[in-house]
Amino acid sequence: MTAYETVIGLEVHCELATASKMFCGCPNEFGDEPNTNVCAVCLGLPGSLPVLNAMAVEYALRVADALNLRVPERSVFSRKNYFYPDMPKNYQTSQYDEPITIDGWLEIDGVRVGITRAHLEEDTGKSQHVGVGGRIHDAEFSLVDYNRAGVPLLEIVSEPDIRSAEQAKRYVEELRATLLAVGVSDVKMEEGSLRIDANVSVRTPGSPEFGTRAEIKNLNSLRSLLRAIEYESDRQWSLTQAGEKVVQETRHWDEESGRTISGRSKEEAHDYRYFPEPDLVPVEPTQEMRERVRASMPELPAAQRARYIEQWGIGAEDARVLVDVPGLAAYAERAVAALPGDSGGSAKDVVNWVRQEVLAYINETGLSPAVLAPEMLAELVALVAAGTISRQQAKDVLAESLRDEKWPRTIVEERGIAQVSDEGAIADVIDRVLAANPNVAEEYRAGDEAAKKKKWGFLMGQVMRELKGRGNAQVINRILEQRVAGE
Amino acid sequence: MAERITRADVEHVAQLARLALSEEEIVSLSEELGAILDYAAQVSALDTHDVPPTAHPLPLVNVFRPDEARPGLPRDEVLAAAPSVQDKRFRVPRILGEEP
Repeated sequence: MTAYETVIGLEVHCELATASKMFCGCPNEFGDEPNTNVCAVCLGLPGSLPVLNAMAVEYALRVADALNLRVPERSVFSRKNYFYPDMPKNYQTSQYDEPITIDGWLEIDGVRVGITRAHLEEDTGKSQHVGVGGRIHDAEFSLVDYNRAGVPLLEIVSEPDIRSAEQAKRYVEELRATLLAVGVSDVKMEEGSLRIDANVSVRTPGSPEFGTRAEIKNLNSLRSLLRAIEYESDRQWSLTQAGEKVVQETRHWDEESGRTISGRSKEEAHDYRYFPEPDLVPVEPTQEMRERVRASMPELPAAQRARYIEQWGIGAEDARVLVDVPGLAAYAERAVAALPGDSGGSAKDVVNWVRQEVLAYINETGLSPAVLAPEMLAELVALVAAGTISRQQAKDVLAESLRDEKWPRTIVEERGIAQVSDEGAIADVIDRVLAANPNVAEEYRAGDEAAKKKKWGFLMGQVMRELKGRGNAQVINRILEQRVAGE
Repeated sequence: MAERITRADVEHVAQLARLALSEEEIVSLSEELGAILDYAAQVSALDTHDVPPTAHPLPLVNVFRPDEARPGLPRDEVLAAAPSVQDKRFRVPRILGEEP
């Protein structure tokens, strides 16, 4: 048991996968040429007026349903005022005292993590600091691209209910899977679609009070999240042990040095002077809007995992991987559905191949499972179940099948590797081998462990030679057992 | 009567708004802002017990637009309006302090 307890609350910023921005029709596209998706509204040009994107509201309502959030009758947008060139308007349109959703929870491994609120706001532009080292404090100037300014974000704020770095990671994984399932975001952390700030404090286990917290920014991967929380909680605990005070401040995670670095002190803490956005009218989600969302809600990850575990007899970790990797569960479902009923192959077999070979192939190539043909995997599983090829051979066949989009049966035929599994044919060969070596069976039965092993190996070798190495070892073993040991 | 606007209040707000005020301006603005607050404070004489807080004077809610993308402005025109441009981006002075 560790000497201290870590208390964590997370703010997850999720870019919503709308076609257009939150308050204007500029395309919401990642990776376009700089400043090509900008207009009078998102550049804050005089006289321009924002109009709220209906889809952003619908997505927020979808998340509300998925995260057990309440939707108050009315919500309003506010201006968060600050001077920084990532927003050309000198304010960010956000929600403050009347957010669109409040008071929800997400269950992580049987524990409920409270969600304080999820509110809509617009994303900021991207600044690139130019100068020595590319860091802000030695930058000479900055270059700004406003393509991202005005992209709809949902900021999901958790309660300080998380107690370890690992649990924080699990929370983000579950949240990510949920956001993906309800179709509101592509949740790509590497493209900034999901960005995390972590509020971290430490205390003596069992203490009813929270310690002073630091907010860690710039967590752009699950790995950073884990490392940053571990570093920060150790740092804070060392401070308190040394009798020093933890300062309430923003700290930045520096991936290279593996440390959090103080951002600004409390004295400079921001005063955003929020006030209601006069250019946008309140949002009052109607019963009809909420019903429409509810009717189109998909199965949520927790229910989906439970279904696979129950119906397919697979483990929890298998189910988690299927659900967490985009498109993988759909691929597996189609492969299972394509299994011939009499093949002897099971859904569990399918999942094993999906988790090992198919997942490795996806990771290696960066392809989406949606472009692969699950029927081909189903055929492979059936070939293994029928004993036509061994598992070892199936690995090579699957690799070729995935790479060249070729049916496994065709590959097996081309390579001439089909095993002989026909019991009658194998029994004939065994009988011939036994007839040609009349003493071996007797010696096997009379022999000790070592002798048995030797004789068995000899018989297997003879049978395999007759079958040109393509005999199904399992079938041979079974029939040999009957003929030699059984009597 | 509202609380007095102090010199520190004015300096704080000026700092937030990135305004460099002269000594005279700080003095005169303290008085002017105080007068404005006093004026607004007249509202507190009214009984607003049954009046719901309002964020907006218009009797409108749920003004939406459909989620349809249309091309942005031509980049050259956009950047032509900026005081300084580099690599197709807006070039801005060195930023002091941290990101918000």
